[in-house]
Amino acid sequence: MSLRVENLKVYYRTLAGDVQALDGVTFGIADGEIMGLAGESGCGKSTLGNSLIYLSGRMKYVDGSVELDNKELPIADMHEMDRFRYKEVSIIPQYAMSALNPTRKIGKMAKEIIESRGVDYHSILPEFTRRLELVGLSDDVLRMFSLELSGGMKQRAVMVLSTLLNPSLLIADEITSALDVSTQKAVAEMLVEFRDRGFVKSMMVVTHDLSILHQIADTILVMYAGHLAEKAAAEVIINNPRHPYTRLLISSLPEVGVTYAKKRLTGIAGTPPALLHPPTGCRFKERCPLAFEKCVEQPPFIEVDKGHFVACWKEI
Amino acid sequence: MRRYFARKLLTYSLTFIAAVTVDWAIPRLMPGNPIDDLLARIGTRCNTREQCDAISSYFYNVFGLHKPLWVQYLTFWKALFQGNLGISVMSFPEPVSTLIKNAIPYTLGLLVPAILLSFWAGNKVGALAARRKILDNTVLPLSYTLTATPYQWLAMVLAWTFAVTWRFFPISGGYDPLRTPSWSFGFAGDLLYHWFLPFASLFLVQFGGWAIGMRNMIIYELESDYAHYLEALGAPRKLVRKYAYRNALLPQISGLALAIGAIVGGALVTEIVFGYPGVGSLILSAINNKDYFAIQGIFLFIIVGVLIANFIVDIMYVIIDPRTRIGMQGGS
Amino acid sequence: MTRSDQKHDGLATGASTAAVASGAAGGAAVDVPSPKVRTINRRFEFLYFAIRNNKLILGLSIVIICFLIAIIGPLLAKYSPFQYTTSYWSPPSSRHWFGTTQDGRDVYAQFAAGMRSAFLIGTIGGVIASVVAMLVGFTAGYRAGIVDEILSMVTNIFLVIPAFAVLLVIAGFLHNVSIPVEGLLVGLLSWPWAARALRAQTFSLVARDFIGMARLSAQNSWRIIFREIAPNMSSYLFMMFILLFGGAILISATIDFIGLGPQFTFTLGKMMNEAQTNSGLLLGMWWWFIPPGIAITAIVGGLYIMNVGLDEVFNPRLREM
Repeated sequence: MSLRVENLKVYYRTLAGDVQALDGVTFGIADGEIMGLAGESGCGKSTLGNSLIYLSGRMKYVDGSVELDNKELPIADMHEMDRFRYKEVSIIPQYAMSALNPTRKIGKMAKEIIESRGVDYHSILPEFTRRLELVGLSDDVLRMFSLELSGGMKQRAVMVLSTLLNPSLLIADEITSALDVSTQKAVAEMLVEFRDRGFVKSMMVVTHDLSILHQIADTILVMYAGHLAEKAAAEVIINNPRHPYTRLLISSLPEVGVTYAKKRLTGIAGTPPALLHPPTGCRFKERCPLAFEKCVEQPPFIEVDKGHFVACWKEI
Repeated sequence: MRRYFARKLLTYSLTFIAAVTVDWAIPRLMPGNPIDDLLARIGTRCNTREQCDAISSYFYNVFGLHKPLWVQYLTFWKALFQGNLGISVMSFPEPVSTLIKNAIPYTLGLLVPAILLSFWAGNKVGALAARRKILDNTVLPLSYTLTATPYQWLAMVLAWTFAVTWRFFPISGGYDPLRTPSWSFGFAGDLLYHWFLPFASLFLVQFGGWAIGMRNMIIYELESDYAHYLEALGAPRKLVRKYAYRNALLPQISGLALAIGAIVGGALVTEIVFGYPGVGSLILSAINNKDYFAIQGIFLFIIVGVLIANFIVDIMYVIIDPRTRIGMQGGS
Repeated sequence: MTRSDQKHDGLATGASTAAVASGAAGGAAVDVPSPKVRTINRRFEFLYFAIRNNKLILGLSIVIICFLIAIIGPLLAKYSPFQYTTSYWSPPSSRHWFGTTQDGRDVYAQFAAGMRSAFLIGTIGGVIASVVAMLVGFTAGYRAGIVDEILSMVTNIFLVIPAFAVLLVIAGFLHNVSIPVEGLLVGLLSWPWAARALRAQTFSLVARDFIGMARLSAQNSWRIIFREIAPNMSSYLFMMFILLFGGAILISATIDFIGLGPQFTFTLGKMMNEAQTNSGLLLGMWWWFIPPGIAITAIVGGLYIMNVGLDEVFNPRLREM
């Protein structure tokens, strides 16, 4: 098992109180696995992705542990965590388009970051240019400022830069949402390529776009309101979801070849609960068509089939 | 880059033309005809009959009041290009340009070090204060107080404290009147001794503004995406701050261009407080003596100085911001 | 306009416009779950944060105290500012609260009158500069194209010419300016940075959908500007006015100190001028020149601090830091 997350709780500090964005999640990612992390916006998926590498000022570690390659990740300790960042865990951030310093040439910036991590830039440069070529960028970009690159080029440059030190785990946070559909597909395929070539061992792809995950993910983890709902192989989640939320989520997706004049697209009635004072028990119960009295208790996230985890009383 | 400078130069040329026009028009637009007033005053300023006539006819010709306005305007420009700013009334028959030339070294000697050092120190301290609670809580209130202080008042407080009460420094003048100016260490030391308080006063007021500006800009930069990305990749704080500082410096440099006018004004009143023999003291005596030629000449001189300073700042901006160099700035 | 220019056009930087408004700070990679706070009325939300913001409270208190002195102060004065009494050169006492000048005039009376002048100059100068800045900034930002080119050029020219230098020439030739005339002149010369900032703000607002909708519905331009654009930056406009107000007080203090201000009214700058020219400094008559400077620093500094507080109230991002 490459990554093991045990009962992780990370809250957001706001003036009104703590928002329980990530409230006790337990799961694992195997070596070589590309795990998709899906859910509505505000469900805590980005919080989960970010908390594995960098807790920003307003994020507060509350409880739980993270293990990567059998080593404990000190995610709560900003300083200790630096040893693991980039080399063991890396991220392609949501804001990849603006992640590059506007007043530094890309090559110079890369040199400064890499050398600051104690790695010799010159010995890594040939590999760097080789990987840039792999994503369709000539090494001219090293002599350019980010302003001179298109959005897609910046995104690819950041992908290469983020994975240059061959991290064990890569977090890709909503990296396709700012792109047009054809570029989305190319970027998603590059991620698979990176894994296949061993640039990264395993990957966590955070997105709200299930169709992208269907293309590239081995497994999909679905989150709802700070809790895990379901995890299984991508095919299983898409074709045989067992959690009522996942089912509704899947059925609300448009399907190829179906004319929606006949079959109406349905959303999920209601809104997710506010996580400032979340309800007890199953957090989906207010919107769940199958809810019953047992749902006032929080359902455990347990394996109902091989590699298939569900948190729903109906499935136990 | 060429486009950038072409635009700047166009703006500055138009500014200069506008300033010269204002300088020419104001005495002619003002109620109560200051030129008649001036001619009348000259009668009281001269010693011999001959001198009076000479001055009167000089002014009459210079203003060319009997000629059409456009001729007067062109004459004004012509004189300007000959470096002729007119004859001073208060120190007749010195040309105004000579008076200004004598005052310039003092003003520049005060302004240039004060601007450069306060810009440097203010930015450094502001950057240090950002995100460091203790420093922030001391530097920030102090800076807000300094930046809200009128230049002349801080000068007066310093003069009163260090020159009148404690007598650490001389209260006025550019050098000891008992000394004759010479290229000696003794005289240089005396110059420095007289220079220090006005310099310190000018330095402190500006310092506050730069410290506040840098502190706010760097906090903004530290919250930017590239800074977060660096942190997520485990880059040391030093590198993140280095990037943030450099990027925060850019708006500070544009701020410098904006502030130059106000700083020059501050230098002039500071000179007045310390009786420092620069352009500020010259202005004061010109005003007290109703020496209109001197006032007009000094105005033009200040404008030209500010324009040159702005141009230097523009060049600095291009050097430090690579984006203007590669022509990405565009026109807008 | 480059990124850094836009930042600068926030009411943010440096010596000229010291106040914080970092604009929209860069977005961090977080998705904050929507808290219920959102449902509270925005107006009350501002008020809620306003009364809890120490900087705003501190700055506002200083300014209000100064304002009260300006209103009530002159009523308490026992002498007229120009009246010569028989005690010359005397330090503060119960008879002369702030002492007297070297020729026996009451410093408190001058100070109280000067406070009134300061608020008057600030108001006149601030209002006029704001109006010009709004006219130029809104028009340039809304119209774009050639109108924008011309207005921007004019703005840049005024931006480079130091206001005090022009005032120097004008006031040098005018024999006597009154407070309103001085305020008018200061206002007419101190608008450029504000116009430039408003132009940038208008640009970004015009790009938004709702303005486009208003434009499509063929409404009158000024109607759109004052119905749609101005209300959307009312907080920004208010903060801009505060800075222009403080700026007018500082510029007029410089002019008055050189001796080009009003002859027949007392201002704080004129007090410093008289203290300077009549050797008040050399004679160590601190009671003469210290109060006007403290007053100006307090008013202007109070306004700046208030602005920082307001910025935190209006910009949620700064609030949570």
